[in-house]
Amino acid sequence: MAAIGSGRGTMDSQNQVQSDTVDRLKLLYPNVNEDETPLPRSWSTKDKFSYIGLSQNNLRVHYKGGMQGPGRRPHLPYLHLRLWMYRHGKTHKDAASVRATHPIPAACGLYYFEVRIVSKGRDGYMGIGLSAHGVNMNRLPGWDKHSYGYHGDDGNSFCSSGTGQPYGPTFTTGDVIGCGVNLVDNTCFYTKNGHHLGIAFRGLPPNLYPTVGLQTPGEVVDANFGQQPFLFDIEDMLRELRARTRLAIDEFPLPDGQGEWQQVLHRMVSTYLVHHGYCSTAQAFSRATGQPIDEDIASIKNRQKVSKLVLSGRIGEAIELTRRLYPGLLERDHNLLFLLKCRQFVEMVNGTDSEACGDKACGAASNGVATSVISHTSHPHAHAHAHAHAHAHMCAANGQDVLPHTNGVREEGVGGECTAAAAEEEEEERSRDVDMTPPHNGEHAHAHLHTGSEQLPLKGMPGVTASVAALMAQYRAGGCVCEAAEGAACAEAAAAGDGCGARASVERMLAFGRDLYAMSQKLTQDLYHKSMLEDAFSLLAYSNPWDSPVGWQLEPVRREAVCEALNSAILGDTSTTKSEHKNKYAGLYSRKEAQGMQWVSPVEACAAHSRELLRRMSRAGLGACAFADLPALLRR
Amino acid sequence: MQQLTVFMDIESSRSYIDELYSPDATKVVEALVTLKNSVIGSNRQKSSVIQQGVVPRLLQLMSDEALDPNIRLEATITIGSLAKGTPENVATLVEQGTATALVELLRTVPIGTKLVEAGLCALRSVFLHPPAPIAALPADMRLLTRLTQIAREGTATARCCVVRILSVWCGGHMEQEALCQAGACAAIAAMLANGRNSAPPLARALPALELLANMCFENGNVSQVALNTRHGDKTIPELLMCLVSRDKPLPVALGAARCLTFIHRAGALTADDNRVVFGALPCLARLCTKEMPEEIRAKAAETLSYLAEVDTSLQRLAAISNHLMSSLADIVNCPSAAAKQGAFKCFASLGANDEDIRKRIIETHGLMKHIVSEMKNPEPSIRLAAVRCLHSLSRSVQQLRTTFQDHAVWKPLMQLLNDSPGTELLTVGSSTLCNLLLEFSPAKEPMLDQGAVEMLCNLTKRPEAALRLNGIWALMNMAFQAEQKVKQRILCCLGTEQMFRLLGDSDTRVIMKTLGLLRNLLSTRQHIDAIMSEYSSQVMQAVIVVLEGSYPAEVKEQALCILGNIGDGERARDFIMANEDVLRKLVDYLAHPESKLQEAALFVASNLVRCSEAGAAARQARLADLGVLRALKLLGARQDAAHLHDNDFFSE
Repeated sequence: MAAIGSGRGTMDSQNQVQSDTVDRLKLLYPNVNEDETPLPRSWSTKDKFSYIGLSQNNLRVHYKGGMQGPGRRPHLPYLHLRLWMYRHGKTHKDAASVRATHPIPAACGLYYFEVRIVSKGRDGYMGIGLSAHGVNMNRLPGWDKHSYGYHGDDGNSFCSSGTGQPYGPTFTTGDVIGCGVNLVDNTCFYTKNGHHLGIAFRGLPPNLYPTVGLQTPGEVVDANFGQQPFLFDIEDMLRELRARTRLAIDEFPLPDGQGEWQQVLHRMVSTYLVHHGYCSTAQAFSRATGQPIDEDIASIKNRQKVSKLVLSGRIGEAIELTRRLYPGLLERDHNLLFLLKCRQFVEMVNGTDSEACGDKACGAASNGVATSVISHTSHPHAHAHAHAHAHAHMCAANGQDVLPHTNGVREEGVGGECTAAAAEEEEEERSRDVDMTPPHNGEHAHAHLHTGSEQLPLKGMPGVTASVAALMAQYRAGGCVCEAAEGAACAEAAAAGDGCGARASVERMLAFGRDLYAMSQKLTQDLYHKSMLEDAFSLLAYSNPWDSPVGWQLEPVRREAVCEALNSAILGDTSTTKSEHKNKYAGLYSRKEAQGMQWVSPVEACAAHSRELLRRMSRAGLGACAFADLPALLRR
Repeated sequence: MQQLTVFMDIESSRSYIDELYSPDATKVVEALVTLKNSVIGSNRQKSSVIQQGVVPRLLQLMSDEALDPNIRLEATITIGSLAKGTPENVATLVEQGTATALVELLRTVPIGTKLVEAGLCALRSVFLHPPAPIAALPADMRLLTRLTQIAREGTATARCCVVRILSVWCGGHMEQEALCQAGACAAIAAMLANGRNSAPPLARALPALELLANMCFENGNVSQVALNTRHGDKTIPELLMCLVSRDKPLPVALGAARCLTFIHRAGALTADDNRVVFGALPCLARLCTKEMPEEIRAKAAETLSYLAEVDTSLQRLAAISNHLMSSLADIVNCPSAAAKQGAFKCFASLGANDEDIRKRIIETHGLMKHIVSEMKNPEPSIRLAAVRCLHSLSRSVQQLRTTFQDHAVWKPLMQLLNDSPGTELLTVGSSTLCNLLLEFSPAKEPMLDQGAVEMLCNLTKRPEAALRLNGIWALMNMAFQAEQKVKQRILCCLGTEQMFRLLGDSDTRVIMKTLGLLRNLLSTRQHIDAIMSEYSSQVMQAVIVVLEGSYPAEVKEQALCILGNIGDGERARDFIMANEDVLRKLVDYLAHPESKLQEAALFVASNLVRCSEAGAAARQARLADLGVLRALKLLGARQDAAHLHDNDFFSE
């Protein structure tokens, strides 16, 4: 038992080590995108000469000789074997190399690996270095073009040449030799037992692989690609390069005319404030610096209102306000509408969107406890009743938020949405959907009650239907399971006197979901939309969505992307295109054209531009990208 | 125009300078402000004001505690401004007691006031002009404690100033200990600690590093205290380790590496300590590389030479670090004297012990031709450093036979030594000569022709023990297996009188080498007979002097060896046989408790009685008469002398 226990212990610790290694390499090379350019983590079992043997997770390299030909280790009596051992490795033909699994990514900036000489074997003809893909492996590193090595027997460095240059000390059993590649300067240096030996090669080509070569029997070396702590203090050099890059950025000379920092920065701040609708701040700043504000104050305030709604999770209201203030915007941009609706669905699950369960949302908001339709039970009838309450609550809330709603305008908005956003055969459902905006009079609440009580059978939502149906059943059977837990939070629901109305609200959500699905069908199919929808629907599959694998969607911070998208769309209005939005939603600010700059504030455009440039630098093999720490630069 | 301004200056200055003596405080303040404004940034105005004799009044205004604080402050600031003038200005200020007055001011004024800050600034300016008025700041513990308190708690400017002043002041062992006791280490640690960002600001760290280095220099006690002083959770060496890293400003990294070096050389950190091996050494090697500014490289090379001066493992490590040797070879080509000097010194340290490194220095970097050319450099410090380097390299037998010969190194060296050089250069140069005059050195012959013998003989007359030693040592080397005419020349030139003087030298090593010279002179049989025929009485007298005198055993051993050599000579041995005194001593030494003296005496006796020679029987009989046989039997009975039994004494 004890043995088993300890066995498990080691296993665990190994796993621990495994996960540590991942972190170590990630920490060393944070700017490397391993999906694009994987880091070398072991020697390649394929990219090696046959005389080379690998073991210990492909980190240990030993010289085994060939299976045939001059290097083959024959089955011989002991003395004969000694004779063979003696002869073997005498010529360059016996040399054999192995490369790492991947080339060194430029985004490492500074790459480093160490090799411990476990045994120097018979003669210690070992070479440690770098070589490009396809360089002959029947050689020691350094002898051929695009191959670089430091050899243990003479301490010479070999730079794509058969003759070496005096470089450093010799190395032998027990020594640890490190090889560092500076991808900013394209130089290579070595270390011996943690001591920097100086630069060995300059002007290195890109995409080199860590390489070791052995030539005589008994030579064994272990590699450390960063999974273990290095003997040499590579962090020190990384800090130096970071400081150097920082200095280069700070001291970059600007051409005349563009060097007026004060002006540029004021403009940046001002546009940022305007962009995000920080109206009074922007005005104050404008007064202090004399920066003109291009946009009408009223217009900024309008955007601010919309943004506030989105950020507080009241997407329905936000959509409504947008329709009223910017008629035609959402109709033109179906992708944006879809994004908003998806978020609205999520907020319904979250219990924050007013139309899902207005009163409880308010209750939750005032109590500071997250509530959900799913956990709340509300009878259709009671729902209508609750809506009346909701109205009052909303008004209170609006009072704080300064959200002037007027009935007349609102109703126009409703009409507009009905025609534009909903498909013909689903117009009925759409209108009900629209109803979910907070009702402002009792009559409206009644209409809502009627439409809401109409139930449609589940249909046409493959994948999601089954799980939702199961959920429905569960809720119908024991609708109060969750309620007990959160009962305290919904005093008003209790006041309504009915604790088992989950069905209706879930059904309303389902109906909403069906609309959403139908809407997605009409949009150009693309993976992003699809996965967004699936993620949103997946929330229903869990009894506690907050604690589920897809629970991240419920975090308030997720609203920011939606808010930004909507804000940008309002600002850019017609100029934005579908693909831009798609990219934007995915968080990829890849657009370069200056024409559409309005939809993103200059400061963000600047940051996004820099991010993209860093990515491009990485692809173009410019190692300095590793040390341009954008967040740090922005923080300053 | 020029005339006019001068006129106006004098005119205007007269009026406000008169106001300085006014009893009305407001008028004095006004006058001070005017004066202050007029002298700022103008050395001419400073000189003029000082010449007008205002300084005593200013000092009085500054020191008078009864006066308005504002007056005192303005006066101090004005003094500070004057102290930023020309060296002559500062010298005048010091003459008039400014430094002392400022120190007195610092004793009394509360810490943290502007007056203290102004006073410190002024005192710093005074101290930064060499020669600093060290004496104005007595090693008074109360004062020093107060100053270190300012260094810990004062305003940023005050802290930097006070540490700067102390770093200049701390020039000797007494100052080091006093500062250490006053708690300067803690103040330094506080100044080296991180600021809000990752590193302390340059202006704060540099004076602190300077002070720490000066305090730890060759002082094991202070270094040990520094080792254990901590600020926050870090000790001083840990703080220094942070500062030597690559992302720190170069002067800071250099200063920190220098401190670690000094702490190591003072004995507080061992040579294999990580803070030396992975802290100071790689940092200094890096600072020597081509990318660095010349002044940094120069100082780094010099510091590294001190770091690696004695420890072979550090020399080996430095030799492979970051292409140090190429860097140094490159520094040799730098124009500045400091750089050349640093590089030569560093080469000298690297090659001090390891033959491989010496070989690499000479073979891979063609250093010899630089050394030869820089030995003729007009700058004495460069000449000295070049000779130091040459001395280090001359320890290699192989190099002496090859490179040294190829470059005829002896020529400029001889020239340098004949050219009335300074003592230090002469010491190093003559040490090098010792090596060059070793018998296998091909430079020996040509140097003789250049009058080496005369020069060396003159060296033995120098008052400095080190020079006498080198002189006699070189002569000894020269006499080893030399031709007779060379030996004659040495004897002739040195003179027996001088030789006796050297035998009475206060330095035992000199006596040893003098006797060694005698031994070398009296080597092969013909030479022995020839020399003894001429100098027998003097030589015998010299031997007797040593054997009778109160010398250490190894000196007496040398004297016995000389007797042994004489005993080997055909006719020369008769001088021994004829001298009963010597023979009796010989018998005494055969019974001496010191085994090496017995051994030497045995060697003499065996030479005298060797039977193959003519007259051996007579000598045997004579010795037997004197009781040699009895002494030998006693010797044979002794266990610890077993190795002496194997001789031909009883072979008959």
